[in-house]
Amino acid sequence: MAEEEDISHPSIDPTFYDLIVVGTGLPESIIAAASSAAGKSVLHLDSNSFYGSHFSSLPLDDFASFLQSQRNVSRTESPSSIAGAVAVSGDCISVDLKLRRLYSDIEICSHASPEVLAPSRKFSLDLSGPRVLFCADSTVDLMLKSGASHHIEFKSVDASFVYSGDGRLSSVPDSRASIFKDRSLGLTEKNQLMRFFKLVQEHIGSAASFGDEKEKNGRISEEDLESPFVEFLKKQRLPQKIKSYRSHCPYLFVNQVSNLIILYAIAMADYDQDNLEDCKNLLKTKDGIESLALYHSSVGRFPNALGALIYPIYGQGEIPQAFCRCAAVKGALYVLRMPVTALLIDKGSRHYKGVRLASGQDLFSHQLIVDPSFIVPSPSVLPLPDLLQESSESSSLREVKVKVARGVCITRHSIKPDLSNLLVVFPPRSLYSEQVTSIRALQLDSNLAVCPSGLFVLYLSALCDDTNQGKKLLHAAMDALFTVSISENPENSAAPVQSEGIEGEVKPSLLWSAMYIQELATDSSEAINSAPMPDGNLNYMNLLDATVKMFHNMYPEEGFFVETMASENIEDDGGLSD
Amino acid sequence: MGGVVKRKCTEDLANLRSQKMQQLLLQKLLNYAPSKLNSSIITITNCIYTKESLEICSKLLEINPEAYTAWNYRKLAVEHYLQSETDPDSIKTILSEELRLVESALRRNFKSYGAWHHRKWVLSKGDLSLDHEFRLLDQFQKADSRNFNAWNYRRFVAAMKKVPDEEELKFTTDMINSNFSNYSAWHNRSILLSHLLGKRVQGSFPREEVLTEEYELVHQALFTDPDDQSGWFYHLWLLDQTVKPDAPVLVSSWPVQGSDVIASFNGNLNGCASSPFTNFHSDTGEFPLILYFNQVVEGVNSATVTVESIFDKNGDLVWRPLSTNYSRNAQAWVTYLKFPDIKDHSLKSYSVEVSLAHCQGIISSSGSHYIHPCQFAFTVSLQPLDLEYTERGPGVEMVVWTDDYFYTNETLLQDLSPTILSFHQQRIKEDHDATASMWPSKTIANEIALFRELLSEIDCKIGKLTLARLLMAHDTIMSYNKTPSAYNKVHSEEVLELLSDLMKLDPSHSRYYKDEHSLVLMQKVTSNRELLLKHCWHYRESTSSNIHVSICLRLNNLSLSRIGSIEILLSVQMLDLSHNELRSIEGLEAMQLLSCLNLSNNKLHSFTALEPLRLLKSLKVLDISYNEMGAHSIDTRRYLCSSPLSHTVGSDWNVDDCKTDGINMTNYWEAVLIFRGLNLTQLDIVGNAVTDEKFKLLLVKILPTLKWLDGDDVH
Repeated sequence: MAEEEDISHPSIDPTFYDLIVVGTGLPESIIAAASSAAGKSVLHLDSNSFYGSHFSSLPLDDFASFLQSQRNVSRTESPSSIAGAVAVSGDCISVDLKLRRLYSDIEICSHASPEVLAPSRKFSLDLSGPRVLFCADSTVDLMLKSGASHHIEFKSVDASFVYSGDGRLSSVPDSRASIFKDRSLGLTEKNQLMRFFKLVQEHIGSAASFGDEKEKNGRISEEDLESPFVEFLKKQRLPQKIKSYRSHCPYLFVNQVSNLIILYAIAMADYDQDNLEDCKNLLKTKDGIESLALYHSSVGRFPNALGALIYPIYGQGEIPQAFCRCAAVKGALYVLRMPVTALLIDKGSRHYKGVRLASGQDLFSHQLIVDPSFIVPSPSVLPLPDLLQESSESSSLREVKVKVARGVCITRHSIKPDLSNLLVVFPPRSLYSEQVTSIRALQLDSNLAVCPSGLFVLYLSALCDDTNQGKKLLHAAMDALFTVSISENPENSAAPVQSEGIEGEVKPSLLWSAMYIQELATDSSEAINSAPMPDGNLNYMNLLDATVKMFHNMYPEEGFFVETMASENIEDDGGLSD
Repeated sequence: MGGVVKRKCTEDLANLRSQKMQQLLLQKLLNYAPSKLNSSIITITNCIYTKESLEICSKLLEINPEAYTAWNYRKLAVEHYLQSETDPDSIKTILSEELRLVESALRRNFKSYGAWHHRKWVLSKGDLSLDHEFRLLDQFQKADSRNFNAWNYRRFVAAMKKVPDEEELKFTTDMINSNFSNYSAWHNRSILLSHLLGKRVQGSFPREEVLTEEYELVHQALFTDPDDQSGWFYHLWLLDQTVKPDAPVLVSSWPVQGSDVIASFNGNLNGCASSPFTNFHSDTGEFPLILYFNQVVEGVNSATVTVESIFDKNGDLVWRPLSTNYSRNAQAWVTYLKFPDIKDHSLKSYSVEVSLAHCQGIISSSGSHYIHPCQFAFTVSLQPLDLEYTERGPGVEMVVWTDDYFYTNETLLQDLSPTILSFHQQRIKEDHDATASMWPSKTIANEIALFRELLSEIDCKIGKLTLARLLMAHDTIMSYNKTPSAYNKVHSEEVLELLSDLMKLDPSHSRYYKDEHSLVLMQKVTSNRELLLKHCWHYRESTSSNIHVSICLRLNNLSLSRIGSIEILLSVQMLDLSHNELRSIEGLEAMQLLSCLNLSNNKLHSFTALEPLRLLKSLKVLDISYNEMGAHSIDTRRYLCSSPLSHTVGSDWNVDDCKTDGINMTNYWEAVLIFRGLNLTQLDIVGNAVTDEKFKLLLVKILPTLKWLDGDDVH
């Protein structure tokens, strides 16, 4: 983006569109595909030479340089200076667009000899990792509905684990059969988990047949649904009659493990649900039940997916690309390596008219969507009431100053010797007492074509208030999982220092790591459709909701992927491969 | 004419499913088949196994695999072709074609018994690839992992191919891992393990370790989903394997070790101070010797049990199983020793020694041999004949069961108490030395702890029942292992509570729980001396000055529905079970000394329920008033029992006797069957639906010894 390449840009024809989308991140790509499917003429631009923007998967070298290019971008300045240079040309005012710094505090360490990491192109590292899809989540549904699933293949994540404070990795059972098989769970834990799954099933079953009074007994009461999930869990643990029994029985720990699994590894809560002071987002029973239901219906949705979670082969960057293909099939025009330099505003009405490209060409459209890295001119400069987004209802994250710390690690060994693709959740306070948020780690191996064979990639993320906190979180998780060779000398890396890791196994040593802080909040003063940033969640569901809302704001009359094109192949269930 | 059908078949292939077509095919087939099917296989000479007929048959079976006539026809046809065929390749072709047909029939309906059976039959005909069978099974078991037809077939093929049980066991593990709600898989597991445990290759298949692992496996299922029944069944099987005694053990006898029995016949007992529990008098000049085992056994005879006494030569003794169903095995066995003729009037003791050797003759129903050699001795003192008493005759007073006739006397009870449990002590010392394995009791204790934990989490009927069973099993085991002083049913209260709970929670099975409850209650009541003595009363004959002291065990008003713990009650001669809820008196047949029995105010509703009484040769006084005899018009049990005309029972039935004084005995044959072998002097039968004047007349006729019927003097 900041690199000003000296390329002779071809001129684009036609020059007028219904919609111009700048940036090929997932939300932008979905909107481009949905709009073309709705018959709109779409021009999709990206300044990069690859698809995906902040959602892309990049070769090792490019990954590093993409992050580092951010160092040149100035920090967000005071609102008054946001407005770029304004120039008048013809009946348009052009407002220069500025970029915002989205990644900071980038730390890249290499502990291995360069040849290990040499086949840079064989890596495909996610910028917004760790991220997975639940087999039954709305993103998967959308891919099936839109036909994007034809352009992409998935594999299942073998297993998930939750790290309980004592250094034990408890597996997160995803089905009745796996609860049965898993000997690391205690018998009582098995019973509690299964009972809870059943409770949720019953609730969902009875909710589906609403109105029928008889079915009501399976349903969880409204009062309970509005109560904090953690309270509800506690309530379920203790049938009234055995309170006294429990008082002299030390089952507290046992309870905690199944609690941890449900709260942090299935419902994916970010904050410590037991500590109301630090908890910025107390999970309601309603939401917890919803997550469990999603998890439950994900297992076994596809016969060739083992668990609840799947990951795209070649990395997350495949997903926006698949939507771009859908858009292209429906006639959208794609131009990469084409930066946008300015907005064009109608002189009289002060309405948005078009964009000016780096090539100098002016293009016009009814609507515009831009990548979140652009600083959108403030309303004072650009008082465009019809473009005003109702930002009040857009994600609450924008009001909370929260960031997400992300990490990428490359190792030669799996953190669980017998498994290759797995998810580990470190619930709040499992690593150290000030750990306020969950840390999630996703390890992938070369069978997903994200790294050369024999290596593993592990993504980490955690929500944080500031850089220090974020880095501390990631470092703690990395220390729990890996050994970092002390020697800076690359020759020594051949014989890495080995130490006892989780469950007494030898910890893999770290070959390469990257760590960065990503901004989540964007300006609240939005006057233009700015696509959302990758959030701190493990899946795309919140992003997708925001995207759908944005689409409906733009085109209230149009359906979001109306079932004309896609239904023929829904039963095919996409390209899940083993 | 075959051609017509054939063309029709091809035309109608599209709607082959139609009932019409099936009918047509079947009728067509019957044109070829009936003569053959109805005649014997050997006489088949003019073959009508044409190509057409076989094709019709295949079509029919592919549409409807349940058409067993067609399967039979094919079997005959295959036999026919195989007779004339010697070339192994052609044989293979014929058989392969059959397998192909079965396969496509199974694909239509893989629950077809006929098809599976045909497949087994074909396989037994020739040397065919069994690997293909396993592949096929894998497909079917993938489609429906619980299909028991497929599992049966799997056992058949595995046995044929001689697949090691261990390998099949592994297969069940895999199936259970993929879905543990698979009764067939658990069941197959129990079969395979029974084989393996049965083989008992020393050391290579250590029983205790294997069972411990199985417990762990089934716990995973039970805790994960206690609502799933398949695991519970398997757990029950495991429990059975854990507590099931390997070898039969003699648990009690009458007379007991070291006792001094005072016997009289046709006489009165003068020695009032002697314990009533060891007094015995007989009209027949015989004297019972009862052996009671911990399980049903066969093979008790003079070769396996040696009785040394002056009364009889061992070889002359006839041992009879005390069983109501005419089988050759029973838990209790009896032989009768003959009193010698006694001329002098002095009290004389004779010693009797009984020994059960370590021999192979006594075998349990599971095939285990008696391996605990045991012997015991007692003395019999013969009471001289009291001629005066003989003239008056025994049982001269009518027995009255009202409370006024019973009293307690502490000192007397103290005297008789030591005999009650003496045999237990004896047996325990002999059979269970310190080397007895602690594994079962440890395992059961562990199970108890686990299920208490489970029940603290959830409310679960089958969990409660299992806990109750475990507690009972634990008590049983501990009663073997502990010293007699600690012999206590420590868990009986808890078990009774669980069972009462279950009766409320699960009313549809309340009778079962009630029965279990009754058995445990009986165990509790008889578990120690103090408790048992609370139910022992003196009976006072009202008018006789010469008091015939008798002890009555009164287990009335306990709401028992069944009776148990008979082994402790062998010496009881007077038993009051009135005001209970008895529906059955199974087990009572072992109480050979019983002479007075009160079963009034129970829920016995047929004479067949009184079968055990038929074996009680000493019974004189019986009260079955206020039951439900005849209240239920259809006694379904009657069809399970032998009819009077069947050869086992009715061989001595005289048809001429059937009609006397206008009473058709066949209307009451159940009653006749029970009563005509008894020597009752007193019978109360009032308050039953069956009771009418005709019936009473009948009873008087078939019971010549009867003195009182419903309180009236019959003479």
